[in-house]
Amino acid sequence: MKAPDFRYERPASLSEALALLAEEDATPIAGGQSLMPMMNFRMAAPALLVDLNGLADLAGITAADGWLTIGAMTRYAALEGSAQVMEGVPLMARALPHIAHPAIRTRGTLGGSLALADPAAEMPAVLLALGGEVVVEGPGGPRTIAADDWATGLYETARAPGELVTAIRVPLAAPGQRFGFHELARRHGDYALAGVCIAATGDAVRVAFFAISDRPVRAPGAEAALATGDIDAAVAALADLPIDGDLHAGPDTKRHLAGVALRRAWAEATS
Amino acid sequence: MTQTRTITLTVNGDSVTRTVPVRMNLADFLRAELGLTGTHVGCEHGVCGACTLHVDDAPVRSCLMLAVQADGASVTTVEGLADSGRGAALRAAFTARNALQCGYCTPGMLASALDYIDTGGSADRAAIREHLSGNYCRCTGYQAIVDAVCDVIEGRVTA
Ligand SMILES: Cc1cc2nc3c(=O)[nH]c(=O)nc-3n(C[C@H](O)[C@H](O)[C@H](O)COP(=O)(O)OP(=O)(O)OC[C@H]3O[C@@H](n4cnc5c(N)ncnc54)[C@H](O)[C@@H]3O)c2cc1C
Ligand code: FES
Ligand code: FES
Repeated sequence: MKAPDFRYERPASLSEALALLAEEDATPIAGGQSLMPMMNFRMAAPALLVDLNGLADLAGITAADGWLTIGAMTRYAALEGSAQVMEGVPLMARALPHIAHPAIRTRGTLGGSLALADPAAEMPAVLLALGGEVVVEGPGGPRTIAADDWATGLYETARAPGELVTAIRVPLAAPGQRFGFHELARRHGDYALAGVCIAATGDAVRVAFFAISDRPVRAPGAEAALATGDIDAAVAALADLPIDGDLHAGPDTKRHLAGVALRRAWAEATS
Repeated sequence: MTQTRTITLTVNGDSVTRTVPVRMNLADFLRAELGLTGTHVGCEHGVCGACTLHVDDAPVRSCLMLAVQADGASVTTVEGLADSGRGAALRAAFTARNALQCGYCTPGMLASALDYIDTGGSADRAAIREHLSGNYCRCTGYQAIVDAVCDVIEGRVTA
């Protein structure tokens, strides 16, 4: 189908964008790789589309104080081509090729992925495993939200209406820090049936699963077991993790797949 | 009332200026306004890949981009793809290998395959399949498409 009618504005500055977003039923469009399908399906019908593609300041990558700050409008393709990301955030680099297909990564943005908070999306789970942050800005100014507090439910985040995601912050990999990533999908580029990201520093291990719940989730039992290097206990601990089924797989299948993904990701992290 | 905007973009090397409804997507603009019906539309939600073309030399789903967003951009559709040597070689290889039957997927398939070749992809069949995994073909079974891409990369077919 075709998108329903809307008004369209392409602001040239963040303040102009925020002013437009104060209007009723105004929706920002970033890469459009999720919003356009939703509009074409008529699941979304914004009255005013505020195009963020004119906000050059929101795209780009800067490193400072051991952190990488990535503008919300930075495209997946730009991240894939960035030496700073390849070297400094290897977990993100590892996960990027699993997002959809090259043509979708040309336009899709990191900020769009975080704002959408699809429970099966890779980037929100990467951010959770790394202990990153999301920077949002509204009429009241900017604020920073820890990845642990970002997703609040199915497609729900801590972002308030009228606020924009302006940047994503990730800690640069520490020397000796190890990472693992694995996802199981039916076909390459499909959303995952279950996937996991691991970031391990000494005996501090963060494990973030995606596509098994209404949001990306950490697995405290598995983290504790992996801190002692016990992968069997980590997989067994998934029995206590709340897991939701979806259209493609029930909770038992997802729990099994989560265990398979965890073993493979751990093998990668420790190889 | 439907809002319109005037846009100027380059399509297959020619500058084009048109006034378009803001809700019109790039695929419909090319087909309906410019008569470039080589760009095919299958699903209109980014899944099938039929509408894939190049915007500023990068592959894009034209069903997921508004025509107004292409203002100032350079668009290459299947009609212009063979203007480059590698594009012409790819077209020849598709013909030689019978890499199409109904041809519905072909414009998008060529755009994705050309991107793979242009970005230095190797003749690794698994890597080619992975790169083309977002382009559905309901006829060929993909074997001949992968053959054609390998032929161009390994220099067996040139323009
Ligand atoms: C066929 C297909 C397969 C896909 N497979 C995957 C996959 O495997 N993994 C995956 O993660 N994604 C996948 N995607 C989605 C893709 O990654 C999207 O690009 C991404 O989810 C949204 O980013 P976007 O920039 O395109 O956002 P848009 O589509 O423009 O916006 C998405 C939502 O976020 C809001 N928004 C966008 N930017 C901001 C901002 N800066 N501040 C506040 N709100 C904002 C919009 O209003 C909208 O509600 C797929 C898409 C398609 C079409
Ligand atoms: S028509 Fe655009 S991807 Fe199917
Ligand atoms: S040739 Fe018919 S869909 Fe590919």
